[in-house]
Amino acid sequence: MKQVVVISGKGGTGKTVMSACFAALSRNSVLADVDVDASNLHLLLHPEIRERHVFKSGRKARVNPDKCTACGVCLPLCRFEALVEDSEGKVSVSPFSCEGCGVCFHVCPVQAIGLESRVSGEWYVSKTKYGPFVHARLGIAEENSGKLVTEVRKKAREIAEREGRDLVIMDGSPGIGCPVIASLAGTDLALVVTEPTPSGFHDMERIVALARHFKIRVVCCINKYDLNLENSGRIEKWCDARSIPVVGEVPFEVAIPESVVRGIPYVEYAENSGTQEIRKIWRSLLDLLS
Amino acid sequence: MIISVASGKGGTGKTTVAVSLALSLEEMHSVQFLDCDVEEPNARFFLKPQINESLTVFTPIPEIDESRCNYCGKCAQVCAYHALAVLKDTVLVFPELCHGCGGCTLLCPERAIKEVGKRIGVVESGHAGKVAFLQGRLDIGQAMSPPLIRALKKQMNPGRTVITDAPPGTSCPVVESVKGSDFCLLVTEPTPFGLHDLELAAATAREMDIPCGVVINRASLGNGDGKVRDFCAAEEIPVLMTIPFDRKIAEAYSRGQTILEAFPAYRERFLELFERIGKIES
Repeated sequence: MKQVVVISGKGGTGKTVMSACFAALSRNSVLADVDVDASNLHLLLHPEIRERHVFKSGRKARVNPDKCTACGVCLPLCRFEALVEDSEGKVSVSPFSCEGCGVCFHVCPVQAIGLESRVSGEWYVSKTKYGPFVHARLGIAEENSGKLVTEVRKKAREIAEREGRDLVIMDGSPGIGCPVIASLAGTDLALVVTEPTPSGFHDMERIVALARHFKIRVVCCINKYDLNLENSGRIEKWCDARSIPVVGEVPFEVAIPESVVRGIPYVEYAENSGTQEIRKIWRSLLDLLS
Repeated sequence: MIISVASGKGGTGKTTVAVSLALSLEEMHSVQFLDCDVEEPNARFFLKPQINESLTVFTPIPEIDESRCNYCGKCAQVCAYHALAVLKDTVLVFPELCHGCGGCTLLCPERAIKEVGKRIGVVESGHAGKVAFLQGRLDIGQAMSPPLIRALKKQMNPGRTVITDAPPGTSCPVVESVKGSDFCLLVTEPTPFGLHDLELAAATAREMDIPCGVVINRASLGNGDGKVRDFCAAEEIPVLMTIPFDRKIAEAYSRGQTILEAFPAYRERFLELFERIGKIES
């Protein structure tokens, strides 16, 4: 069983469109949305949810106002500026700042502070017409997205092994931080979707460096390549110099956002040079993985 | 006033809107621009700032003094992030899991732990025309951006008109960026992705008790912006500006040009946007 993740650094370059096309083109895969923060793949795969699981992670401090003596011991020790003093010196916790470290809980001389574990999201196992699909929803303004990514991946691999499916296709998240690192660990191949803009190019450089830092094999494709041919040429050259295969170049097509509006994977919505290119990218990925 | 530009979904045009707003205001206001998308800071491609100063940012991680340590296990027990493991005759530290809370150092009964700095990135400052520019850049391989965003925001001057460009998503880096803002401008596009993530972003702003308004980018895409407008009406979130879907705007962006350089008439529209925000906020 192999795992491929679609990433980009910059958001909005076409990761989810590409992932949905791979789902539609694949025969024997498990699909996973590892962008748990702002997940979108379900909007193209229309899953029927079969299993729901609660994701519990992290804790937050809570002060019992009846016990707090306003001694102030905890205040200077919180590194996250999460403790707020009222006019009488009593302390309360700002939930958006608290990272659940527990320092206040440990130092409080009168045990006025408790730590509450919290439900910070949900994850699902679903059925789609393209195969099993594992996805999640992180709660609003929650943390620990990396752990939820790890959870989703674990379940996807488990299903693949149980059902004898040979590939896990993962739709990744933008950025280079904790959820992206969690999606790269132990992956066989990363496809970077970039675009010929300064941000697309620069963010590709950073995400390629990250993938290489974790010794993950990386290939690249250029979306909207004809928006700026000069920049596309620069990206090709850059990739070439680093032995990164450019496995496809998809043109700027209004039909792509239209297919998203209709909620259909692009390869099932249109037949044109763009979809041919995506099929070519898919075949290259299979070749590289075999 | 502090205005954050956020979106939920990536690539909807946060940076375009944030940069254009800053440049539209620079003649009349004292503007400070913060690029809080420290994982992928891109505003500099459009503002083209001159960077004068670079500050390296560290987070504290524990270092064990083995000569004092008696392997009692207290540090591992209090660490909420499993960043320490105490074995029979050694203590393992996992810096990538450490949040730098200082709990282990504070609570070690043998005073066998001291904190050392781990580099996570840089905060750079300079000027782009009349706009004071600040950005954070997370080092590659570092997982946690919130401490860097906090370090960046320490240099914020709320006396000025502050515009921050937030990262995509709705989790901790976004919360850290948007926290303390007077207004949150949400940039979306009329696709199911844009709308779905706008719902999340609006819920985040609401949860944080920050007033928000919407900019609909690529408004003429697909079936138009009807559904986005319906959502905004139902949630009583004002739609403050629309930008049409135009390949020429995308091409300008690909050359590193702001929408103002490509279409100077937009300056007026961004000034109107700022005026509308001011009215809601006051």
